[in-house]
Amino acid sequence: MSLVAFESVAIGYAEHLVQQQLTFDIAIGEVCCLLGANGCGKTTLIRSLLGHLPLLGGDILLQQRSISAWSQRELAKWLAYVPQAHDGPFAFSVLDMVLMGRSAHLSVFASPSQQERQQALALLEQLGIAHLAQRLYPSLSGGERQLVLIARALQQQPQLLIMDEPAASLDFGHQIGLLEQVRQLKQAGMTVLMSTHHPLHARAIADRVVLMSPQTGVQQGTAAEMLTGQRLAALYKVREADIRHHLGIDG
Amino acid sequence: MTLRATTITLVGLLLASLLLAISVGKFPLSLTDLSQLLWGDATSVNHSASVVFWQIRLPRVLAALLIGAALAAAGTAYQGMFRNPLVSPDILGVSAGAGAGASLAILLGLSMAGIQLFAFAGGLMVVALVCVIAQFTRRQDPVLSLVLIGIAVGTLCGAFISLIKVLADPYTELPSITFWLLGGLNTITVADLSTAAPLLLIGILPLWLLRWRMNLLSLPDDEARAMGVNVTQLRWVLIVAATLVTASAVSIAGIIGWVGLVVPHICRIMTGANNVRLLPCAMAVGAILLLVTDTMARTISHVELPLGILTAMIGAPFFLLLLMRRERL
Repeated sequence: MSLVAFESVAIGYAEHLVQQQLTFDIAIGEVCCLLGANGCGKTTLIRSLLGHLPLLGGDILLQQRSISAWSQRELAKWLAYVPQAHDGPFAFSVLDMVLMGRSAHLSVFASPSQQERQQALALLEQLGIAHLAQRLYPSLSGGERQLVLIARALQQQPQLLIMDEPAASLDFGHQIGLLEQVRQLKQAGMTVLMSTHHPLHARAIADRVVLMSPQTGVQQGTAAEMLTGQRLAALYKVREADIRHHLGIDG
Repeated sequence: MTLRATTITLVGLLLASLLLAISVGKFPLSLTDLSQLLWGDATSVNHSASVVFWQIRLPRVLAALLIGAALAAAGTAYQGMFRNPLVSPDILGVSAGAGAGASLAILLGLSMAGIQLFAFAGGLMVVALVCVIAQFTRRQDPVLSLVLIGIAVGTLCGAFISLIKVLADPYTELPSITFWLLGGLNTITVADLSTAAPLLLIGILPLWLLRWRMNLLSLPDDEARAMGVNVTQLRWVLIVAATLVTASAVSIAGIIGWVGLVVPHICRIMTGANNVRLLPCAMAVGAILLLVTDTMARTISHVELPLGILTAMIGAPFFLLLLMRRERL
């Protein structure tokens, strides 16, 4: 059953159409990867889905209901956003950072309860970073920060986890660790939408792959269908032989 | 330091500085005097001690307490919501606007109440102007453009103040303008306190109640929004509250700089960045700082020193020390 449905969606900014005729579904429990060259609209798509950018056409349905009909607060109980790891302006502790994920569930004047602190600690435990709870977020490495931001998103108790190039600033070991985390989340029943620069990441975890290209529009299918030398060569505007050579992809 | 140790230390220091500020002065009040004034038989109390305590010392000490806490709270809120540790309560031009209003009132020869009213109105008008202009700069980063507009409009007010100084009578009006701009609590009366205190408290209340949610404004707007926070609305509520606090403080005490900038930094070292603990800590430290500096202002020399000079002389070097000590503010 589909959790989110994109119906002929056009995304972009008032004076600049980025991509149109986006039509695809994200089914409950699957990992969906967005692939495309720089500037093809992956981030724009994510911002539109989160309700931060108005759509230029079509509609996005969450649970069969138009995204524009959801309040920001309701939406935050369904969709959680994992940004790329950043510095953060002030030195919040890891635990405080994770607890911020509760804001949609708390009344305006409330702050997180003892029970919610326990939940946050359990999430850190689950992600294997319980020992970082009292550390200051800016003092962590990129890989650790990314895990904290995932814990914060999970603290929202969402139905869909949206990750914007989560592996972009990570070293090779942390990239593998991250993909492993995503795989485990999927096993626990989470639905994931992830944009990535790396076709191999999509091949490792994706149930569904969406290719976004300004020329050929949007194509979608299983990882095996989409991640062919021919399609990737067209997507990134390189020769097919080079793709095969670098990625070792057949067909 | 643990949270409990910090709390006990701060409460202890606050009580000590309160007691110090009440008892020390041109007319010293001993502990015996104080207990008689507060709990003793009214007839047995020295009349002048009673006047000094109720009419002069107590209003002044309460004003220092309240204004110190208020400026520190406003500074904490502004730094958090503008994601910038170099921001202070007058960042949107409140103090500059209040200064311009007060200078104009002095030039026009208005009474003390008139000066306060003009200062208050000037501060609020400048912030309103900054916010209106911000509506026309939607293409820029909203936080950065608010701060830049504040600086530009503040400079404009500075020019206006200089113009008024040129026009003012150099023997009567000019000294009053200069002293008003330097800030001080020497003219505080019971009446001033009873008008400003409710406004200060009304402004502090939303900052206090929303302090956990304030944390989320330190994140990039898109992230906070994705966590269900109405970023724009929350930021406006906090701006209005912090502005009300600053304008009320400036209207009765003049421009007291540095408290709102330095105190949140000191406290971030003590309690961390979480506003649930940071805001109460900043309010306590702000109150202590102003109680102590105001006591110094009226005791270290035979003439009363303007408070603004002292807070700047303590605040600026302290700030530089913090910058050198810490890798990150």
